[in-house]
Amino acid sequence: MSAPILSVRDLVVGIGPDAASPIVLDGVSLDIAAGETLCLVGESGSGKSVTSLAVMGLLPRGALVARSGRVLLEGEDLLAADRRRLRALRASRMAMIFQEPMTALNPVMPVGRQIDEVLRAHTSLTPAERRRRVLSMLEQVHLPDVARVFASYPHQLSGGQRQRIMIAMALILEPKLLIADEPTTALDVTTQKEILRLVHELQEKQGTSVLFITHDMGVVAEIADRVCVMHQGTVVETDTVDAILRAPRKDYTRRLLSAVPSLTPRAPRPVASAEIVLETVELGKVYARRRFLRRAEETVAAEAVSFALRRGRTLGIVGESGSGKSTVARCVMRLVDPTAGAIRVKGRDISSLSRSALQPHRKRIQMVFQDPYRSLNPRVTVGESIAEGPTNYGVPRDAAFARARSLLEIVGLPPDAITRYPHQFSGGQRQRIAIARALAMEPDVLVADEAVSALDVSVQAQVLALLDDIQERLGVSLLFITHDLRVAAQICDDIAVMQKGRIVEYGAASEVLTAPRQAYTRQLLDAAPGRDWDFARFMPREPAAPAAAPVADVAKPSGGH
Amino acid sequence: MAETDTHAAPVAGPAQRRGRNLSLRRLAPVLAGGILLLIVAAALLAGALAPHDPLQMMPSQRLKPPSEAYPLGTDAFGRDLLSRILYGARISLMVGVGVTVITVAVGLPLGLLAGFFRTLDSVLMRIMDGMMAIPSLLLAVAIVSLSGASIWTVLMAITIPEVPRIVRLVRSIVLSAREEPYVEAAISLGSSLPRILRRHLMPNTLAPLIVQGTYVCASAILTEAILSFLGAGISTETPSWGNIMAEGRMYFQIRPSLIFWPGLLLSVCILSINLLGDSLRDILDPRLKQRGAER
Repeated sequence: MSAPILSVRDLVVGIGPDAASPIVLDGVSLDIAAGETLCLVGESGSGKSVTSLAVMGLLPRGALVARSGRVLLEGEDLLAADRRRLRALRASRMAMIFQEPMTALNPVMPVGRQIDEVLRAHTSLTPAERRRRVLSMLEQVHLPDVARVFASYPHQLSGGQRQRIMIAMALILEPKLLIADEPTTALDVTTQKEILRLVHELQEKQGTSVLFITHDMGVVAEIADRVCVMHQGTVVETDTVDAILRAPRKDYTRRLLSAVPSLTPRAPRPVASAEIVLETVELGKVYARRRFLRRAEETVAAEAVSFALRRGRTLGIVGESGSGKSTVARCVMRLVDPTAGAIRVKGRDISSLSRSALQPHRKRIQMVFQDPYRSLNPRVTVGESIAEGPTNYGVPRDAAFARARSLLEIVGLPPDAITRYPHQFSGGQRQRIAIARALAMEPDVLVADEAVSALDVSVQAQVLALLDDIQERLGVSLLFITHDLRVAAQICDDIAVMQKGRIVEYGAASEVLTAPRQAYTRQLLDAAPGRDWDFARFMPREPAAPAAAPVADVAKPSGGH
Repeated sequence: MAETDTHAAPVAGPAQRRGRNLSLRRLAPVLAGGILLLIVAAALLAGALAPHDPLQMMPSQRLKPPSEAYPLGTDAFGRDLLSRILYGARISLMVGVGVTVITVAVGLPLGLLAGFFRTLDSVLMRIMDGMMAIPSLLLAVAIVSLSGASIWTVLMAITIPEVPRIVRLVRSIVLSAREEPYVEAAISLGSSLPRILRRHLMPNTLAPLIVQGTYVCASAILTEAILSFLGAGISTETPSWGNIMAEGRMYFQIRPSLIFWPGLLLSVCILSINLLGDSLRDILDPRLKQRGAER
């Protein structure tokens, strides 16, 4: 191996310049060779982003300070470089792309000019040459109609297109090193696949080294040459992607990989009860924007959505962003009012009930939200939060709190949590509290809207296990909304795939995920990163699982097609 | 203050570099609060502190310079200036606190409802827009000249234009807070509307409301003084800072202290309230609080 492009040696980063204050990175070392992709993986708080910021010289001034170690870019120590030198190196020798392309781009400047700025700052080309070069770069990132895109503002482009702009901006000066910090996390799987392919293609063409930061093992399996696993500010192990995925040496790596849900659906469960607790019939939601003296502008968020959920079963609604899956969940909860169709809860249509008529039915369906940091009122104690629902339905305060205490035990939290506030808990713990709050109503249906999407894989696995356990114990039905096919494979009995507001495929999970009938479902499955790996078993996945033979046991859900 | 101290201490990096800033930031509210406390105490104890009856005229003692009997001198009617200023503080503070309490009492519920209900919002906010378009001073002059000068008419005149500001503030906070998942969770839990408003939405508004309240208080005191100065305020024999200045205006060249002392007190009082408001805003800033809470 030739001399590495980037070499980080014993990097220590602490909070503030004071030597006594806590350390965020403790002796991180890594190397990236020319043209190589190194994936930096780890859970939140492992220090992967701090590492990348330290390399770019972008550590928040005064808050995080590199205390010792070296960061060598082609032999030049970046920690010793002054601001002017760093500015010259950025873009020309090293570049970075971020997770959220919307916030990384200037919203009030055409994207073409933003890319042009890089050339203006670092080259002495004439305006005409610069424009030619920007347009050719836009072509290289496969944007359509480059002249139009050049003059577009960020909000006029899709998320994937914006990320392409970011990549064009980062690579236009052909830097030696590209740092990508979770660049595809905010994107849909199909878009993610295209972006990953694009990064790879440009890397081949320009011979760029890539430091790719991600939490997603699937992405790692797709693009990494070598993998560096981080945990609590230290490097756990670094090895080739094959070695890490097949034979991890460290316990932490094994645990991390074991937590990744498999894309192989779990064994079908026998149907315990035929009772349908929740059913939608031709449910539709149209958002109409009224315009003065003009016809209303209509947006169809959901159309003709029909499904049935039996007692004790889990129905997954999967789809990309904008597919209408959350709209369906919010309609079912009556947080938005549907414009067509019926929602039957234990046979009773609640779709058009008034606020007061709805009151007795509210407790039948409860919801767990995506973001556990926002779904609990920060000013209310955990106990009050959990007891709020029951007290609304006339349960005396003492009894409600007693129930809250036993629920906290069920969701695996200490009983003293009851008097504490949400900010004293981690994301996973907060999601447990939110689950306890929903369960306090003794609902028939629990709607989980991306309930594990904001959590790290290990925590995600625990929360999924908890939901499974609760279902077993309490016989509650789950309506599980997710964009993540792996999660869906592990928890759902049935799956409805949504696209553009409609259900395109609906059936038993084992069928939908292994033998999809619709092209769109196949496309989704194809785009799932690392679809060929069974991470928890440390080996490639069996193609077309023959294990899922007893499909015949699974009752076909009614209303499907 | 002790509480914010312990919170601020572990924030090592930026806090240390801004050390000097921080101590100034701590000093300002203490100083402002101290001055305000003094003014309040003086107003409450005016009966005991004042050397003379503020209304008693002593024709023989007109426009006297400061002396032992009259520490700040006397006005054109021979009334003791110090006593009048002390009693005047009562009026000013009463107007400041009164206006603040009434505006918040009216504006908070209106803002909560407007933020929560779309249809009510569009009607109510147009009314508020209309109220905001009325120049406050002109309205005050109109009300006072229609229904006579009393402390109540002055209170009303100052309150009415302030209400829309509070409604707008509360509404804007509720508009964003009602989108929070925890509010939707409360709806799903079957919580009643008053409960959602009181428990999940109102607490979000309190910190900005307290800060806005201090500004309302300061501007009310100032407006009252202006109204009195213009002769559209509280009846002239009642001592208020504005009245004292209005009467002193004619004798400015002979005895500038007649305007200087009440003017100085008015400025110091308003400056203190505003400083206190600024510091409260810093202390109640959710981001600063968050940092403390994480420890």
